[in-house]
Amino acid sequence: MKAPFATALAIAVGLIVLLGYFVRLGVLASLRALLLDWAIVVAAVALLLGIINLAVVHWRKMVAERADSVYSAVLLAALGVTLIVVGIFGPAHPLSLWLFNNIQVPVEGSLMAILAVFLTVSAARLLHRRSDPLSIMFFVTVVVVLLASAPLLGREIPGLSEFRAWIAQVPAVGGARGLLLGVALGIVATGLRILSGADRPYGG
Amino acid sequence: MNASDVLGLLFIGVFLLLMLAFASMRARQAGRVFREIAAFARLRRAVGVSVEAGNRLHLSLGRGIITSAQSAVGFAGLSVLDRVARAASVSDRPPIASAGEGGLAILAQDTLRGAARDLGADFDPFAGRISGLTPFSYAAGAMPIAHDEEVGANVAIGSYGSEAALLAEAGERSGSLILAGSDNLAGQAIAYAMAHEPLLGEEAFAGGAYLGAGPLHAASLRVQDLWRWLLILAILAGAVLKLSGVL
Repeated sequence: MKAPFATALAIAVGLIVLLGYFVRLGVLASLRALLLDWAIVVAAVALLLGIINLAVVHWRKMVAERADSVYSAVLLAALGVTLIVVGIFGPAHPLSLWLFNNIQVPVEGSLMAILAVFLTVSAARLLHRRSDPLSIMFFVTVVVVLLASAPLLGREIPGLSEFRAWIAQVPAVGGARGLLLGVALGIVATGLRILSGADRPYGG
Repeated sequence: MNASDVLGLLFIGVFLLLMLAFASMRARQAGRVFREIAAFARLRRAVGVSVEAGNRLHLSLGRGIITSAQSAVGFAGLSVLDRVARAASVSDRPPIASAGEGGLAILAQDTLRGAARDLGADFDPFAGRISGLTPFSYAAGAMPIAHDEEVGANVAIGSYGSEAALLAEAGERSGSLILAGSDNLAGQAIAYAMAHEPLLGEEAFAGGAYLGAGPLHAASLRVQDLWRWLLILAILAGAVLKLSGVL
């Protein structure tokens, strides 16, 4: 086994946090809280390193003078301005909030608007790509739900709203619960693989 | 400890014991095969094709914060990254990983470095990177990778919402293969509609087992199946008892 110390440490920390969640013992609970606090600090440092990494990647792109170098330059300028403004005035200052509300929010809002176009096109592509019964059912359900939610020319088709409500409350909820149960089992299995040392994403 | 704590601990303990038992049984028996998941079969082919064609694979690991439950699917993505990095080690262009969270980005770099070290290949510290910290900035930052880095296949295994549509569209425009799985229902719906090969529910966590990451990966998949059947039986039994007026 490579890096046995890191592996043993990771397993021990994982076990303490897991047991601290289930066993209500004072020492265990405070140890768990301490370890989680450390994890949050480490995650914050990782975030800083990640931002440095992002800046270096875009610096390299910018100096490479490719066709899209200008985007990297804009990103670096925005990063610099944000760091300076928030660093000097703090995150709650009106200038910092102005930057967020007038640049970040509109840009993300427009990306969300583009999603509507992408999803419409992809719904059409889906039938071309996978014209199996499940894809057809998926497409028909999307059309029914859309028509019931936003009727064409304001005219409701009789019974469609009730059918939409039935879809949302019965098959959709049943399917969602099935998927979430599968996801929950997957999360437990992944956690236990890391806890048993089978998965070592920390360089062990 | 209250009753739910005991049940929770029991569930985890039995899950772990069954995993170890299945892993030791598998070590003694010839490898049994799982049901075919088309996404992983295509991923294996995509790795081979990318090595031959001289392009690379892009893994998107999502935005699961490492101290939250959403990190689990990101860890499953890291297992896939490890297997892909090893399989594509002879390629001129090693895989590239993007994440929307600092911890995941560093773990992606560490995974790529570990694979490169074991295989004696060069490690590029910029192959694992953060592309953005909010859902849409993450997707917007990862979109150019599909265009600019000569990517032959985009694999998105992580915690995503609807922003996955932007990633999938970028892959579609660059003509590359798109495989996507998420722990988020909106992300799964997007993956079903837009990915060439969607990974639904627990399939997103099965990458390691399907790509030969080791006996414990395969064993954990068997235990997942076992528990799923037990849950189905419990739900059916509950419905029957409810209908018959016992509950």
